[in-house]
Amino acid sequence: MSDITSQSLFELTSNIKEKKLSSEEITKAFIYRAEKSKKLNVYVTDNFERAIDQSKKFDSNPNLDLKLPGIPIAVKDLFCTNGVRTTAGSKILNNFVPTYESTVTQNLWSQGAILLGKLNCDEFAMGSSNETSFFGNVQNPVGENLVPGGSSGGSSAAVAANLTPVTIGTDTGGSIRQPASFTGTVGLKPTYGSCSRYGIVAFASSLDQAGPMTKNVRDCSMLLEVISSFDQKDSTSIDYKRNYYSKELSKDIKGKKIGIPKEYRVDNMPDEIEQLWKNGISYAKDCGAEIIDISLPHTNYALPTYYIVAPAEASSNLARYDGVKYGFRSTGQNLIEMYEKTRSEGFGDEVKRRIMIGTYVLSSGYYDAYYLKAQKVRQLIKKDFDDAFSKVDAILTPSTPSSAFKIGEKTNDPVSMYLNDIFTVPINLAGLPGISIPAGKDKNNYPLGLQVIGKPFDEQNILNISYALEDKINFKNDISDWWLSE
Amino acid sequence: MSIDLKTVKHISKLARISIDDEKANKLKGDLNNIFEFIEKLNELNTDNVQALTSIAETTLRFRKDEIKSENIREKILKNSPEENKDFFVVPKVVE
Repeated sequence: MSDITSQSLFELTSNIKEKKLSSEEITKAFIYRAEKSKKLNVYVTDNFERAIDQSKKFDSNPNLDLKLPGIPIAVKDLFCTNGVRTTAGSKILNNFVPTYESTVTQNLWSQGAILLGKLNCDEFAMGSSNETSFFGNVQNPVGENLVPGGSSGGSSAAVAANLTPVTIGTDTGGSIRQPASFTGTVGLKPTYGSCSRYGIVAFASSLDQAGPMTKNVRDCSMLLEVISSFDQKDSTSIDYKRNYYSKELSKDIKGKKIGIPKEYRVDNMPDEIEQLWKNGISYAKDCGAEIIDISLPHTNYALPTYYIVAPAEASSNLARYDGVKYGFRSTGQNLIEMYEKTRSEGFGDEVKRRIMIGTYVLSSGYYDAYYLKAQKVRQLIKKDFDDAFSKVDAILTPSTPSSAFKIGEKTNDPVSMYLNDIFTVPINLAGLPGISIPAGKDKNNYPLGLQVIGKPFDEQNILNISYALEDKINFKNDISDWWLSE
Repeated sequence: MSIDLKTVKHISKLARISIDDEKANKLKGDLNNIFEFIEKLNELNTDNVQALTSIAETTLRFRKDEIKSENIREKILKNSPEENKDFFVVPKVVE
């Protein structure tokens, strides 16, 4: 049997069901490896002691009918976990211990999973490199001093480094797919309304979605099946019949129409990514898919639209952090000064920058020129996809315009950091499902991903296309464990 | 258009985030770069486009107005920054 921590979710689940491994053995193996992996800085808060207790409890009376029987899982520190500190990577929530559980994490525990701990992320999920976290940057296991992507950077690094079998992240503009691409892992952002937002620290409510981050496509389908559910507690949760994604997973994509949008050929895109895309197209053809050239004419306007809509929603959502009822509080001579100092000291620079952008675009006299304009362009972007999907079943693009960059390389230039999300942001604006799968490497041997975009609620189709492509691509990450301590 | 220092300070007041002059100057530069990038939207004519207000295209559901949780005072006050078993404590607001 291969080393426990390198096994996929599918293998671990099978081994538990066949009684070849116990939950305690598996949980202890991941904890042992985490203790030697502190250099990666993936954990903000660990739950190791409780996890071992829970694994023993599971083993004493195992329910093997569950979908995640006794499987230890670490999650992004943006999901509220009852009794376990939840920080959203921010100083302002440094001491916050929720008294309730997010629906998505509750779905994990209801299927037998055990919480290993809370994973580092950009502050309030605002960032593309995990460098805005109050708890410090995360190392990408792919290579020293490389960013793991963001905002779910602790999550992507933890999956790539075999510190959790699978994890869940959140994606507002690319925060699952971009870090998956940077670490050679799989990440899926579901259709808006598929996974409940209840108990997730809010960033931009019309864009936020939780989703699975895994080693392979099959694991991704298994985890999506658990976390996607209708929830009364989220007013935008959608009541529709969800698939048995893992059971219906199939490599048969013969006759599927896959669109290739010409606008995704951006200036200065490295040749390697162009080549990666071409390879993906030829693999899809080999699988019997039909390739169709399409146009998404408003692609170039997606990022500017996003940088109005997302900060506007964030400035409203983050108004709650005032130091009164929970979280960090500074002192002031009066209430207003207390608010102002609390927020000034409690938020980091990027979060403050986005609150300022959002406040400005919503302020009197500027609302029409910025916010309303952006909502109109968002309609045009959505219409581009509606038109495209009248001709094709799915769309294939690169996940990111580059591979992982060095820590510190882009921190002084917000706009160049934002450009990282150029291929992922339009999908959030249109509320569509998208998945990034590892598809190759660049000249430095850093992973690169391809993105498959689907129609609303058509996760099964993009999982199947990814499953077929994964088989042809046959990607190997070859991570050297350079960070392990004695 | 460009954002001047006075506007930066006005926004910081609206956002209830205190900033000193050095930070305000740095923010002024960042915000101007970001807004230069955002101005690209003005290339598009959107006169006859309806604003997208909800991506999910569903109407909000009604539910019964009923109490589902009881005796949660302790839970609600648990993360309060200043301890007092019955209330949230804030600086004096009435002279």
